Amino acid sequence: MVPAVSAHQVTKRYTSQLALDAVSLTIPEKSIYGLLGPNGAGKTTFIRILNQIIQADSGTIEIFGEQLNSNHVNIIGYLPEERGLYKKLKVGEQLLYLAQLKGLSRKEALERIKFWFEKFNIKDWWNKKVEDLSKGMAQKVQFISTVLHEPRLIILDEPFSGFDPVNAQLITENILELRDRGSTIIFSTHRMETVESLCDHIALINKAQVILEGPKKEVKSRFRSNTFLVEHSGNSLQLPSDRYQIIQQTTVADNLYETLIRASETVKGNQLIRELVEQTEVHRFEEKLPTMADIFISLVKGEGDEALRKHLKEV
Amino acid sequence: MNKIWLIIQREILNRVQKKSFLLTTILVPLIFPAIIALLIFIMVKEMESAQPDTVLVVDESGKCTLDSTRRFRFIPLNAPLEEAKKVFQQSENFALLYIPNFNLDKPEGFTLYTRENPSIEKIESLRAILKDRIHDLKLEAYNIDKEVLKKLKDEISLQQFNLTETGEEKSSNSGLLYAAGFLLGILIYMFVLIYGIQIMQGVIDEKSSRIVEVIVSSVKPFQLMMGKIIGIASVGLLQFLIWIVLISIFSSAVFAFFGVNMPQQEMMEQVSRQMGDPDVQQAMQAQNPELMKLFQQVNNLPVGKITFVFIFYFLGGYLLYGALFAAVGSAVDSIQESQQFQFPITLPLLIGYLGLFLFILRDPHGPVSFWLSIIPFTSPVAMVGRIAFGVPDWQLALSMILLIGGFILTTWIAGRIYRIGILMTGTKVNYKVLARWFMMKG
Repeated sequence: MVPAVSAHQVTKRYTSQLALDAVSLTIPEKSIYGLLGPNGAGKTTFIRILNQIIQADSGTIEIFGEQLNSNHVNIIGYLPEERGLYKKLKVGEQLLYLAQLKGLSRKEALERIKFWFEKFNIKDWWNKKVEDLSKGMAQKVQFISTVLHEPRLIILDEPFSGFDPVNAQLITENILELRDRGSTIIFSTHRMETVESLCDHIALINKAQVILEGPKKEVKSRFRSNTFLVEHSGNSLQLPSDRYQIIQQTTVADNLYETLIRASETVKGNQLIRELVEQTEVHRFEEKLPTMADIFISLVKGEGDEALRKHLKEV
Repeated sequence: MNKIWLIIQREILNRVQKKSFLLTTILVPLIFPAIIALLIFIMVKEMESAQPDTVLVVDESGKCTLDSTRRFRFIPLNAPLEEAKKVFQQSENFALLYIPNFNLDKPEGFTLYTRENPSIEKIESLRAILKDRIHDLKLEAYNIDKEVLKKLKDEISLQQFNLTETGEEKSSNSGLLYAAGFLLGILIYMFVLIYGIQIMQGVIDEKSSRIVEVIVSSVKPFQLMMGKIIGIASVGLLQFLIWIVLISIFSSAVFAFFGVNMPQQEMMEQVSRQMGDPDVQQAMQAQNPELMKLFQQVNNLPVGKITFVFIFYFLGGYLLYGALFAAVGSAVDSIQESQQFQFPITLPLLIGYLGLFLFILRDPHGPVSFWLSIIPFTSPVAMVGRIAFGVPDWQLALSMILLIGGFILTTWIAGRIYRIGILMTGTKVNYKVLARWFMMKG
């Protein structure tokens, strides 16, 4: 399958700093792709290059297998981090204008606006001026303007910043729906909950470089530390200390405990279960995978250098 | 191209749909003539109803009796100056005029005492009265009869003709040319400034509301900038056109009300008469020779050429400055911040404007006038002010080519600053930063 975006050695330098340093990424079609990284890492620069707002100094980008060109503008929907609308313009005219700028005919645009107005239950908003809308209302309009032209590639820069929970939920649902209908979605965010629940692929950008990329599951398992969570009754666990280390034990209820165990690399989960069932009654057993937040923080702070090195070796 | 058209459309609609557009478009052609009429009316009324100012006169020479006029009432005082001063201070009279026992060959020592500083105009008219009186005294002294002197004087008016290369004589009128240059020059100056600032305001609005990033993900920044500039220019031209139509209707209504044909109509009739019956023409001329002459002079102006030049410089100047205003708008976050960059832009425009009064209208063919009308930054105001006086074709061509070159240059520079500036919020901008943006790659 042709990837939605394939960036190769993309470099961008501003006068005083390097914003992107030979960034290579592959964004599979119909994925929800999380572009992660701390503020100032270069996410927005990369997104602006995809949108052809700025140009890369070097490197190539292909969109659906085709060299990035001005026709791609019409198949991309972009919600910038710093967003806004024309304050004095009516909602309907505004959407019509933005959709026409994306290449829709007036007739098509009107039909689509009607569709979204019904979907979001805002049929009577056509004549409202944006400055008279509440923030949450404006956010809905903003989202509609991003997806009105049914873009194959939707780029959302920090989509949930400033959205209230109800709207965030609405947007999430619609993002999933759009993905199911065939759109590829790129998220840029530093909010890990979003990534955890929505994204299926991620790339971590730090200091202008991609330091980690791949399917979310794979990334997570790459960073597994062979740690297991066991819920059991009876608090006397006797595990051989050469292979196991009890990290933490908490009391959940009367005679019910939760214990976090790290096993040495050679130990498999089944082996631990076998040792456990001989000593105690197991209520729950799961491998504790690192959250994206754990990975993110450890990598960015440099504490994960070891894991990173290991990962790079594998690659 | 299609997208630029969309932007132009949007810019026009945004402005035309506003109530303020409707108001200014309709009211300006009504308000300005109304204000002028009102001022004239008040002035006339004041002059009619004004009480003459009383001037006490202490005449030590005994021969300077002054006749009261409509403006001044002269009351002679037979008292020494010191006493007269006291009398004056206790009264509410306008002034005290002291005339010493002067030598007619060397009239000196006249003094005017007033309570506050009177207007220069009043002093001048008093001086004129005094001068006339002394003039008469001299005539008497030299035994010259006033009546004889009057007969010696003739009313001479200078009729102006331009001798063209073909030897044809054209009646011309410097006053008319002055008025035409003055009016056209000011129109251009105002149009460029008012609509230039509108462009800047529009850019700032888009930048500060943050809509701009969405827009430039659909169109190129340069397209957005040009769309805005052209859109606002169209609004300006539209408004201008409506004004002309409204003023014509309004003035013809007023003329009709006073029982006079509107001037355009008279001109048309006059033109048709020139072609037609010479008898009628002569009859007309006999009726009102002065008016006929003026119409002839208006007719002799190269109206077609002036109109063409006006529209050319109107658009050329607007585009040249409009791009710069757009660049300033893109660099700042608010209209307050824009002041520091506005000044250097408006300065050359202002120089053109001042040059219009100081040089072009006084000496339309002098070297300063020439350079002002050649250099692209001042030429829109200067050339339009000069054109009615007649400008050699090569100068006009040079100036036009330079103006086109000038606006391509400013648009290019502005475009480079604009594309970076619109995405830079919250940066402290100075000229160094602008230069860096200009140098920056895409």
